[in-house]
Amino acid sequence: MSSAELKGPLSDFSLVTAIRSGDESAMAALYDRYSSLVYSIALRVLGDTGTAEDVLQEVFMQLWRNPGLFDSSRGNVAPWLAVISRNRAIDNLRRRRPETDIDDVVVSVEPDMASDAERAVVIQKVRGALEGMPSPQRAALEMAYFEGLTHTEIAAKTGEPLGTVKTRIRSGLLALRKVFA
Amino acid sequence: MSVHEQFAEDLALHALEALTGEQRESLERHLHDCADCRRELEKLRGDMALLGLSASGPRPPERSRQRLTDAIARERRQTVAAPTRGWWMAVPWVVAAVLAVAVAFLWRENQEQERSLAGLKSEFQQQRIELERARQIVSTLTATDALRVTLVAAKTPPQPQGKAIYVRERANLIFLASNMPQLPAQKAYELWIIPQAGAPIPAGVFKPDVHGSATVVNPPIPSGVQAKAFAITVEPEAGSPAPTSEPIMLGAGE
Repeated sequence: MSSAELKGPLSDFSLVTAIRSGDESAMAALYDRYSSLVYSIALRVLGDTGTAEDVLQEVFMQLWRNPGLFDSSRGNVAPWLAVISRNRAIDNLRRRRPETDIDDVVVSVEPDMASDAERAVVIQKVRGALEGMPSPQRAALEMAYFEGLTHTEIAAKTGEPLGTVKTRIRSGLLALRKVFA
Repeated sequence: MSVHEQFAEDLALHALEALTGEQRESLERHLHDCADCRRELEKLRGDMALLGLSASGPRPPERSRQRLTDAIARERRQTVAAPTRGWWMAVPWVVAAVLAVAVAFLWRENQEQERSLAGLKSEFQQQRIELERARQIVSTLTATDALRVTLVAAKTPPQPQGKAIYVRERANLIFLASNMPQLPAQKAYELWIIPQAGAPIPAGVFKPDVHGSATVVNPPIPSGVQAKAFAITVEPEAGSPAPTSEPIMLGAGE
């Protein structure tokens, strides 16, 4: 029996530490905690269950092969996995090589998302913020995030000036941050 | 925190991996030196994570968990099991031998990687030098403050001259003109490639400076065109798709 099983639910930090020492059950525990998050994002981006499963597998295998990619001193696993999953799904969608090395991805976020309950509250607040956003701003943000469109592509698609699209994307992201300020 | 305003929107685009080319390189150079903007990029990624959470809902099928556990079992990292009694005497020797082989193997791998890295560094350095040299050449050719002198036989009055340097397969063309007469308003010179067959191909519109000098560097032209000659005509300022006047200068090509 592994350390992860002996001690019951462990913190993200403990799980990643155990994964570093090759603890397979810690890896399975981390998967049980976050597979839904990774899969949901990949599925929303790709719209295809098979490819979303491939991204899910790829993200967790990268962490297994090189757990040092995640620097646990810099925050929780959930936001880091959310960013990595979205980026890998977009790479997959656009059939391009990864744009950024995973170990260059540092994520800083205010709300704590370590527990299911905390994540549920965050999800509710973020959805509320999105619903309250002016629809052109929300559309620009979602096209950039979930469809991986560049600002130029969004401007061409919506017929809006490039500068307006850039401003909408940034202010949309900042609006989400403000919910937790 | 004071994020540099000129980079504020690009930081958001960079977080979303939507920035490419010179914009991305310029921002990355700035990020290298600016801790405030690096922190803002980390926060923007945090905002992205929040947006990602809004998609939460569907759970992956059970087969995905099995697929992952099978894969990590195949790539197991804990391979040294505790020794059992009975053959304990041999264990230290076996472990020592395995370690010795592993150390030798890793040392050799390391040496090879260091050699390979040194080779890559040297190649990269050479490419940087070549790129810098190319940049300097283009910068000299196109500098507005460059002194352009055309040497001709002594006691010959200055004549309009044009020199085209053309690499057909790469569609590279550099054209340098000197002593060009000034143009009427709303007119410009247009350079043409006269192919072995077919209509003249436009190869850049230019206006000479006050000294009569002009430069055209790599205009958008098709590759592989066999140039019978190069010609210059006077055209409307915006250029013409086909010559509208007789050539004022001509030079034979291939």
